[in-house]
Amino acid sequence: MEQLFSLAQQNLLSPIILFFALGFSVAIAKSDLNFPEAIAKGMSLYLLFAIGFKGGASLSGYGIDLQLILSLLSGIILSATLPFLAFVLLRILTKMSAIDAAAVAAHYGSISIVTFVAASSILEIQGISYDGYMVAVAATMEAPAIISALWLISRKNKASKGLDGELMREILLNGSIVLLIGSFFIGLITGKDGLSEISPFISAPFKGVLCLFLLDMGLVAGRGLMNAKGAVSGRSVLFGVLMPLAGATIGLIFALVIGLPLGSTVLLMVLSASASYIAVPAAMRVAVPEANPAIYLTLSLGVTFPFNLTVGIPLYVTIATAVIGA
Amino acid sequence: MEMHEAKRVEIIIEKIMENRLTDLLIEAGVKGFSVLPVSGGSGSSGHWSREGQISRAQGMSAVVCLVKPERLEKTLDAIFPMLDRHIGVVSVTDTKVMRAELF
Repeated sequence: MEQLFSLAQQNLLSPIILFFALGFSVAIAKSDLNFPEAIAKGMSLYLLFAIGFKGGASLSGYGIDLQLILSLLSGIILSATLPFLAFVLLRILTKMSAIDAAAVAAHYGSISIVTFVAASSILEIQGISYDGYMVAVAATMEAPAIISALWLISRKNKASKGLDGELMREILLNGSIVLLIGSFFIGLITGKDGLSEISPFISAPFKGVLCLFLLDMGLVAGRGLMNAKGAVSGRSVLFGVLMPLAGATIGLIFALVIGLPLGSTVLLMVLSASASYIAVPAAMRVAVPEANPAIYLTLSLGVTFPFNLTVGIPLYVTIATAVIGA
Repeated sequence: MEMHEAKRVEIIIEKIMENRLTDLLIEAGVKGFSVLPVSGGSGSSGHWSREGQISRAQGMSAVVCLVKPERLEKTLDAIFPMLDRHIGVVSVTDTKVMRAELF
């Protein structure tokens, strides 16, 4: 318990969390602080490029081993099955319609790459190493949840458009995934030499850009919450806190079964606990326009994202440390 | 200078649906269109703004095309099935153009 408080305190007082809190609170206070859309997207591209490249470079020279394959498989299975748990939880806890519940469930099977980036930064601050291939695991967890949720929706709504070829292409080739995986493979090919060539650009400014980006995410999350008053019930908010805990627990079980080391275990927990707010909302708008975006965006970005960032990550680090050992 | 009757069709549509809409317009024989960014607005889903957003799911685009009056119905018929299910507004106004052969 002492370690949890100490970690939580360190986490809450880290610049990245404080900048997120600043953005969130000034948005609630209705400040006019704003990031132009192009700058927000630029920072997002930079972070994906940097985390992908560093992950690939750290893996170069190691080759493909069984644990890498098992980790990728675990990511796919977790992403495909977590929406079913989320759907059942939502139907038990809330009065949400089946269509809205399935759309929300898709978000909770998929991942938040920003939460992943924040968690990996916090692990670095704690001196806990993790496997570079966790970036690839993150990428594999984006799409299966969408397919599971669309299957759930097709059972409930016969008019649902479902998954056509164009939507599948958009999901698999969405810009974030392409950049993350592309940078990962370039990092893998060029290795340590490639990393040292561009290190001044992707290493030194990384945390500063992450702080600015989280300031923007705080603004977006805070404003989303303000604009969604009445869209989500108290029970839905409870789901937004319980589901990441359930996801992290299942992620931990998978990590233990395949024998992941501490840092990678924490990241698999974070990936299982996080909810998408970039790729999945876009897919849901195309395939299931009947689902209310105010519900799924408020829950994933306004509830679960701040929860994971402030409470979840230190909690997952503490639990993983207690179970696996430092 | 001689001016010709035309119809100006303006469609405000979710950004994520923009390419699907423009594909339908091309299939319907529309010879050209312009896509304009929409920086923010307000509607039945509440107020929204593009500022700071990184998600493709949020935000709207305005697609504007000019068509000959006799092509209007075919154009609207082509885009209606998509617009029926998605957030959007379609407006048609009478206008005049200089070079009728372009539309």
